[in-house]
Amino acid sequence: MSLIDLVEEKQIKKDLDSFKVGNTVKVHVIIREGDKERIQVFKGDVIVKRSSGPGATFTVRKISFGIGVERIFPLHSRMIKKIEVVRTGKVRRAKLYYLRKLKGKAAKLKEAR
Amino acid sequence: MVEGLIGKKIGITQSFDDKGNVVPVTVIQAGPCTVIQKKSREKDGYSSLQLGLVEEKGAKKTSKSLIGQFKKAGIPPTKILREFCFDEKSEIKEGDQFFVDIFQVGEKVNVAGKSKGKGFAGVVKRWGFRGGKATHGSMFHRSPGSTGASAYPSRVVKGKKLPGHMGHERITIKNLIVIQSDKENNLLVVKGAIPGANGSYLLIKKSNFQTEASRNAEKE
Repeated sequence: MSLIDLVEEKQIKKDLDSFKVGNTVKVHVIIREGDKERIQVFKGDVIVKRSSGPGATFTVRKISFGIGVERIFPLHSRMIKKIEVVRTGKVRRAKLYYLRKLKGKAAKLKEAR
Repeated sequence: MVEGLIGKKIGITQSFDDKGNVVPVTVIQAGPCTVIQKKSREKDGYSSLQLGLVEEKGAKKTSKSLIGQFKKAGIPPTKILREFCFDEKSEIKEGDQFFVDIFQVGEKVNVAGKSKGKGFAGVVKRWGFRGGKATHGSMFHRSPGSTGASAYPSRVVKGKKLPGHMGHERITIKNLIVIQSDKENNLLVVKGAIPGANGSYLLIKKSNFQTEASRNAEKE
């Protein structure tokens, strides 16, 4: 084990909720307003999971009032309280960038059986 | 207490702070350092501690005169020897060891290292000149342009920015914040980037370190 791993190990969440690309997830994000904290939920499809180590991120895409919205979250961030898998989509790719070009029903992922 | 330690750059990574922000950090293997020689005002004209970085692999070749000094300190020869200031009040003798725990979390340190060599570089890379247009028949791309006037001073001014060797020089980065100090693994984690390649040697010094002499000079 190299010395850099010793530092990175402490940053990585061990009790990570497992999810995959194509899953529809609810991400519970902690929002700070002054001294107060509250939780906001961002629900959408996971289209990318990238990198390993403390710099790992995942991208969630949703259609909000007809406009596509993507949010990139650091996987090991303390600001993410929980990642809840709502639905498992049937996908054949690791990166679902093609969803960006599709609209309406075509942009919907079929449920995996 | 000693001013600093010798270390080795391990690499860079990132970590999260208490607020959840991402902080870029550099991991340094710092120490343990052994005192090889103690220089005193009476004998050497100035006071300092000569420290050697204790590594898994020691020095391959050491001159006979140096070997004598290492024997005196009671440790096998080290590759690197550097001098540091120290507080003359504290009792330090040859053979004493210092560890990373001399740096506390939140403390500021200055880190000196040798930057990566870039070879013979032009003015665009070396000094950030803008260069000319790439196309439209400009015929002026990355050249330094005019280096001065003709009649007066009819020579190039000293210090003119010109092409030449870039990098591989000593660079000190000041006031880096210590994020983590781990005595067990001799690890020091500081915020920000540090010059040099991974595995290169560094000097880590406390930013606010004062010896008795410098404190007195300030009072006067």
